[in-house]
Amino acid sequence: MNTPASPPEVKEAVIKMYAAREEIHPREVKGRYATLRWACVWLTQALFYGLPWLQMNGRQAVLFDLGARKFHLFGLVLWPQDFIYLAALLIVCAYGLFLVTAVAGRVWCGYACPQTVYTEIFLWIERRIEGNRSARIRLDRQPWTPSKIGKRGAKHLAWGLVALWTGFTFVGYFTPVRQLAHEALGFSLGPWELFWVLFYALATYGNAGWMREQVCKYMCPYARFQSAMFDRDTLIVSYDVARGEPRGASKSELKGDCIDCSMCVQVCPTGIDIRKGLQYECIGCAACIDACDSVMDKVAKPHGLIRYATENALAGRWTAAQVRRRILRPRVIGYGLVFVAIAGALFTSLALRTPLKLDVIRDRGAMGREVEDGKIENVYRLQVMNTAERPHLYRVEVAGIDSAAIADEDAVELDGASTRAVPVRVRIEAGRAAGGSHPIRFTVSALDDPSLYVSEKAVFIVPK
Amino acid sequence: MSDFTSGFWNWYIALITILGIAGCAILLWSQSVHKVRIGKDGQPEKTTGHVWDEDLTELNTPMPRWWMVLFYLTIVFAIAYLVLYPGLGSYAGKLGWQSSGAYKAEVKQANADFGPLFDQYLKQDIKMVARDPQARAIGERLFLNYCAQCHGSDARGNKGYPNLTDSDWLYGGEPSVIKETIMKGRNGQMPPMGAAVGSDKDVENVAHYVRSLSGLTADPVKVSFGKPKFGACAACHGADAHGNPALGAPNLTDKIWLYGGSAETVMETIRKGRNNTMPAWGEFLGEGKVHVLAAYVWSLSNGAEAPVVAAK
Repeated sequence: MNTPASPPEVKEAVIKMYAAREEIHPREVKGRYATLRWACVWLTQALFYGLPWLQMNGRQAVLFDLGARKFHLFGLVLWPQDFIYLAALLIVCAYGLFLVTAVAGRVWCGYACPQTVYTEIFLWIERRIEGNRSARIRLDRQPWTPSKIGKRGAKHLAWGLVALWTGFTFVGYFTPVRQLAHEALGFSLGPWELFWVLFYALATYGNAGWMREQVCKYMCPYARFQSAMFDRDTLIVSYDVARGEPRGASKSELKGDCIDCSMCVQVCPTGIDIRKGLQYECIGCAACIDACDSVMDKVAKPHGLIRYATENALAGRWTAAQVRRRILRPRVIGYGLVFVAIAGALFTSLALRTPLKLDVIRDRGAMGREVEDGKIENVYRLQVMNTAERPHLYRVEVAGIDSAAIADEDAVELDGASTRAVPVRVRIEAGRAAGGSHPIRFTVSALDDPSLYVSEKAVFIVPK
Repeated sequence: MSDFTSGFWNWYIALITILGIAGCAILLWSQSVHKVRIGKDGQPEKTTGHVWDEDLTELNTPMPRWWMVLFYLTIVFAIAYLVLYPGLGSYAGKLGWQSSGAYKAEVKQANADFGPLFDQYLKQDIKMVARDPQARAIGERLFLNYCAQCHGSDARGNKGYPNLTDSDWLYGGEPSVIKETIMKGRNGQMPPMGAAVGSDKDVENVAHYVRSLSGLTADPVKVSFGKPKFGACAACHGADAHGNPALGAPNLTDKIWLYGGSAETVMETIRKGRNNTMPAWGEFLGEGKVHVLAAYVWSLSNGAEAPVVAAK
């Protein structure tokens, strides 16, 4: 750091190195992209709020029971041992995101991200209670009159109710939602349930009501690393400088198509001016496209002064067909292949999954013991897990050494979605194996379903 | 309490912690405002005023104020934490929290949660408890957790560790005795008897006699020489060699051998004696769990009316 000595006549000022958030009041926008976004809002929210209420097989269809460590996903019951599926699912989601971003930019941010969706819902409430953009700006400047207090109070109450319902629904994925509803209505929620309902309600209220674009600008990691997926063929919300400039309201031939009405700025949820080019704040919601298209209609100019376009398309004045031809490029094909491969592996693995698990634990206390007639006996503990939802009767078999057999009862009965440790003694006849350790294999198979079996290797020790 | 012999490291750590927190606060406060030059338009310049390499300036892109507020809140949190909880050198904190205390609280909570279940079994006779499938399922899990290491998952024992599934008991197989064995443990001692029995030849003869008692192959000549020498053993094992449960002295007339029934092993046992311990579990597990365990162990050799079913 090298600050040059300032000449005495230079005036100085003290500035703040942090900035207070400036309230953004986005203008309501109508158009095809706004309709698409609202369709996404309805779809994702119907799914989110509705799913916990769905019943299946006499239980909640989707329930992540952390206490019992069982994760119900429609017909599937996943156990902590199935955690690999969650990892695969996250990888599939990540590559889906990469793929979409490489092709069409931040469409996830603009249409489906919870931050966008809840902000949209909260903005809708705000608009119904406090009025449109100019009314809201006026209200901001007003002193605290009873009318303002009433409007603000009503808004926060409505936000709070939506937020509480959201928090309640979220907790309903982890604890049975019907029971939770009864408890909530009777004000008898458990302390942790209450905490998490309030926690997620507060997060929703704070993020969608107060933080809004601050989340995208300063908190979201995805917003920052997505530029790694961008290239000159990625669709971004772009202002056509060549067509728009020089901007101005005059009808002179010298002026471009942009009439400088600032509608694109007024509708922007992050408060940027898209005409300055691609900025990291832009979440790709295309509100400015809808706004500009409606203005172009009024001034009888073609749509698309602001449009989804690629950098190459803008520079080379490409047609839509030319842009489409660049979609299949190495980056997109690469993301696509990984996406398809992992998604395929995930679903194949889920479809072929056996709802039966087996762990073999050899007793460590005794290496191997001699019993009557010189037979050698080893003891194992079989941890049998029935991950299906109905009870099964299983048979335990052992193979690997001539004459190896189970010395006790070889049938094991397990309730649905239960686990049991079964001590098992394996015997071989005298002289069938030399001293030392020999590999053997346990097989547990369902008596009522030959395709339901699982096999696990173990070691049989013959004393020397 | 402290791992160090002097108070130096205590103060060293406390000082670093305090200076670190204070340093963060001072840095945050001092860097939140900055002096810049006023530009030609009469407005403060948009740069931070730092200039490198003659004309390289740094744009002032301010961070959000809420982030600053959050940072100050973390400092407040850190100070409150250090006042309430251990963290500042060896200072224990106002709340007196300890990890051992947290463990005790969890154990207390678990006992409060599961205690009533075991108390209910405690009121019942052990044989009654053994008839309850749920109690046997609990007992099986307790057994696999605490007993299987020595007695084996199948409870059939191991060399030196008795088989619990037969009807042969060193100290008696009555439910109350089994419970007492688990509660208080056992200390089985057989002194070295070589000198008492006599010469090496005598020891071998006694071993053959002992083997003959349970019908094992034995040299008839050695048996006849060994029989009179068995008197030294009869004090504990009884003249008829049927053992004495009060002393834990095993019955030598059955085919059950704790350490092995070969002539060599029996001779070794006679010469060197045996020393065996079953630890006491009463204090660790509590009487309720031991009661259920005793019922499970008793049921192993007395037949369960219904098979153990897996609990959910």
